[in-house]
Amino acid sequence: MNFKNINIEVIDRDGSLKKSLIEVDIEDNLMEILKAGNYEMRATCGGMGLCADCHCEILSGMDHFPPPTDQEYETLDTLPIIFNNSRLACQIKKGDYLSNTKIRLINPS
Amino acid sequence: MIKMIIETDICIIGAGPVGLFAVFEAGLLKMRCHLIDALSQAGGQLTEIYPKKPIYDIPGYPVITAEQLIKNQLEQIAPFKPTFSLGERVEELRKQDSGSYEVIGSLGTVIKCQVVVIAGGLGCFEPRLPEVKNLDRYYPNYVHYMVKDPHHFRGKKIVIAGGGDSAMDWTNYLADIAGEITLVHRSNTFRGSPDSASKIYDLEKKGILKLLLSHRLDSLEGTDQLQRLNMTDHNNDPVSVDCDHFIALYGLSPKLGPIARWGLDLSMNSILVDTKDYSTNVERIYAIGDINSYQGKLNLILCGYHEAALMAQSAFKYVYPDKRLSFKYTTVNGINEF
Repeated sequence: MNFKNINIEVIDRDGSLKKSLIEVDIEDNLMEILKAGNYEMRATCGGMGLCADCHCEILSGMDHFPPPTDQEYETLDTLPIIFNNSRLACQIKKGDYLSNTKIRLINPS
Repeated sequence: MIKMIIETDICIIGAGPVGLFAVFEAGLLKMRCHLIDALSQAGGQLTEIYPKKPIYDIPGYPVITAEQLIKNQLEQIAPFKPTFSLGERVEELRKQDSGSYEVIGSLGTVIKCQVVVIAGGLGCFEPRLPEVKNLDRYYPNYVHYMVKDPHHFRGKKIVIAGGGDSAMDWTNYLADIAGEITLVHRSNTFRGSPDSASKIYDLEKKGILKLLLSHRLDSLEGTDQLQRLNMTDHNNDPVSVDCDHFIALYGLSPKLGPIARWGLDLSMNSILVDTKDYSTNVERIYAIGDINSYQGKLNLILCGYHEAALMAQSAFKYVYPDKRLSFKYTTVNGINEF
């Protein structure tokens, strides 16, 4: 993948809407990209799709995303609250489809 | 409440890999350790979140699974006879006039020690709670977030909520014990262990289990005692189930908890330490592993091991104020067990 910047709209955990242009280099997935963009990402499991710290709701652009992994489905299934387009950011690989999307970060319950 | 008094040299809060290795480093200096952890088994997030995952950056092991690493570490520290309070979270820290500490656990355990080492990882694992009205009203007598004593539910009408392995496993286990059992899950399939899921469908077929898929939790209802759980089904129509107990099993998530109230210098959710010995701003309290923070900090197990070694050398002066510390190698002296 040879792209450098991702334009993304993020509703942060405090409810505020932020527009970010995040320079992407060694980041592999959306969790790491958001971390690079200075969004708080505790990521207890480090990106294995096990802890749901990076739980987010995709508000627009979801159609072009790759489908959830089995691990992602399994972890989402254990959570008390999910939304129609709930995803785990760490399981969404870096790709062009991330540009011009809008997501909402969910507070860990 | 169980009241147990333990006397030790060092109380280690958190029994993850770094807390366990601190027992070894302390043991080499003849300091005894007691570990306390909210989880019911040693290993912290390694055994709770990713037991089967391979780890590639433990020196000396090209690859080792998380649970195997913990098993090995327990074997490594066995000569130093550590004692454990598992399934008990730390509530309070009391400084004594002598300078020593008493660590108070949630089950009433009192740990008297000279030094406190916080190896609490990302915090204390606490249950995730669902959004259900009146949850607080019936907790802890009729609402539960973990199963401590299965026989508490003998002959009772119980509802379990959740869709992960722990909800399925406890449903399978409690099916023989409870009087009536219902499992409520938000979605219409189970994504966890196929083996556990097939047992669930089996129980339903035999009429032992009432299985409610695609249901949303709404509210708990009753008098002083819990009487029923109200939900909505996939058509948004109301559904109720009579129950004596409601068990919500939605996994665990770490929270900093009472540590935040102990007067330690914090940055975000971690404890600031001095890198010369990983001491905090409070004398006799150290913080090692993922819970601490300093310039250049990396949340790696191997960094925590290093921090444990330096901490032990520094803590020695509080445990043996009259002795001189001499640095020794295990290759020369071996392990002198207690």
